[in-house]
Amino acid sequence: MSPPLPAHPFANDLVQFLGSALLMSAFAMLALRRMTSLVRIFALQGVLLTLSTLAVAILSAETHLLFSAIFTFAFKVVLLPAILFRLLNRLRIQGEVEVLVNVPSTMVLGLAIAVFSFTLAGPISELASTVSKGLIGVGLASLLLSFLMMISRRKALTQVIGFLGMENALFFSAINATYGMPMVVELGVAFDVLVGTFVFGIFFFQIRETFESLDLKHMDTTSME
Amino acid sequence: MDVGDLSLPSAILVEGVQIVLALLAAPILSGWIGFCRSVLSNRSPAGILQPWRDLVRLFRKETIVPEGTSFLFRVVPFLVFAALLSCVLFVPALVTDPPLAPVADAVVLVGLFSLARMLMAFGAMDAGTPFGDLGGRREMMVGFLAEPATLMILFTASLWSRSTALPAILHSLLGASAPFHPSLLFALLAFILVLLAENGRLPIDNPSTHLELTMIHEAMLLEYSGPLLAMMEWGSQIKLLLYLLIGTDFFFPAGLPASLSPGSLGAGLLFLSAKLLVAGAGIALIETLFAKLRIFRVPEFTALAYLLATMGFLIHFVLEV
Repeated sequence: MSPPLPAHPFANDLVQFLGSALLMSAFAMLALRRMTSLVRIFALQGVLLTLSTLAVAILSAETHLLFSAIFTFAFKVVLLPAILFRLLNRLRIQGEVEVLVNVPSTMVLGLAIAVFSFTLAGPISELASTVSKGLIGVGLASLLLSFLMMISRRKALTQVIGFLGMENALFFSAINATYGMPMVVELGVAFDVLVGTFVFGIFFFQIRETFESLDLKHMDTTSME
Repeated sequence: MDVGDLSLPSAILVEGVQIVLALLAAPILSGWIGFCRSVLSNRSPAGILQPWRDLVRLFRKETIVPEGTSFLFRVVPFLVFAALLSCVLFVPALVTDPPLAPVADAVVLVGLFSLARMLMAFGAMDAGTPFGDLGGRREMMVGFLAEPATLMILFTASLWSRSTALPAILHSLLGASAPFHPSLLFALLAFILVLLAENGRLPIDNPSTHLELTMIHEAMLLEYSGPLLAMMEWGSQIKLLLYLLIGTDFFFPAGLPASLSPGSLGAGLLFLSAKLLVAGAGIALIETLFAKLRIFRVPEFTALAYLLATMGFLIHFVLEV
């Protein structure tokens, strides 16, 4: 598949701009301390993802990406944030995120991760034939940053948001590296994530009932009896 | 157009106009921010000219110097004011190339800002009161944490022109074809954080506080009164104006006049005032929405600024080369 020429000279810049905004939102997730702002940032990531999918769809003239953009909007901007906000209300979670490593060190670590993934993605993006190949590194960096958020936070809900952020970054990389996965795969992943969030939601209540807290450190000390 | 080749009298005229405008506009800008803050928090605003009224009132008072202070205490306000006012000569505001711009690049500008801050801390410590000492130390801490981020922002913006001279940066940004610069998006966010930290605005320091224990900037000025206090306040207002000017130069350079004709200068002035008014309203909005951070959260805030600026720097090489 040969890459079609960019439809508009600014379109490629637009995709890159949206990609950087996505990376920035991954950093914002690392830096923010309030639960509700985390969910809002997640919804913002969904908006950015929708916009960049739309832009790539128009750039590459691949119609299936348009549907992809619509699904992204429905799932990641409307449905999942609504579920997460509902969970926050039902679990009466307010206030601040508890961190394992303090925030400035996490952010410096995040910077190192970004440098690492840019270096790693350099040779890979040389091989890609899509219009926005420089963005593979950006997608990889966002993925690893969400992963870092997952492992440096204590509470179960923050870890789920980290997981969803990872999925966002993965989707973004897939679109920019190969113009998206086949529709079936994308739909499957989207439903998986949705069902996963439901299951996590039920799980949270179970965890809280058993340990009277959502802090996952209690799970380390449970013995198998 | 190159304003750098002006004859001496017109060069002096351009710089003179720039200085006079900055002197007049800096208190008005602070007044505008105060006005927006009052409106946003449902109080009746004091009017845009309130800082000017305060300055005039302070200049009319007699100078009282506390006992036990050295000459440093009296000299500091003049030095601070001079250091900040000299920055006005280098920062492109009305024209893209102020005639004195080749004298100093962005790094010198950051140096002058830290010179002013250091002198201010000396003045505060000279009086020997605990609160002045505390304010001076805190100000130095915030400055030392914010400075790396400031420099990274300047370097990110200068990657386009391969030069740290402000007019060169401005020309390369004005001449760039693409309207979206991913690296500048990062730098802009970092710049907003640095602007708030360096000018003692709300998430870091409350400019209108009366509680000595939480003060940073105000604590340094506690011993000053009358004309000396007015010089310090005016200097800080000029510093805020300078930061906003640098911000508009780097991130929203559109509308700077391309020639020295009165018509385009008038249009440039109009554009500039509009940009400053919007930026001032933005600062007021941020100050209304956010509460003051604990002092031990400041490193986190500035670490975020540094990180964003460095990311912008890296993104330039990944996406824009």
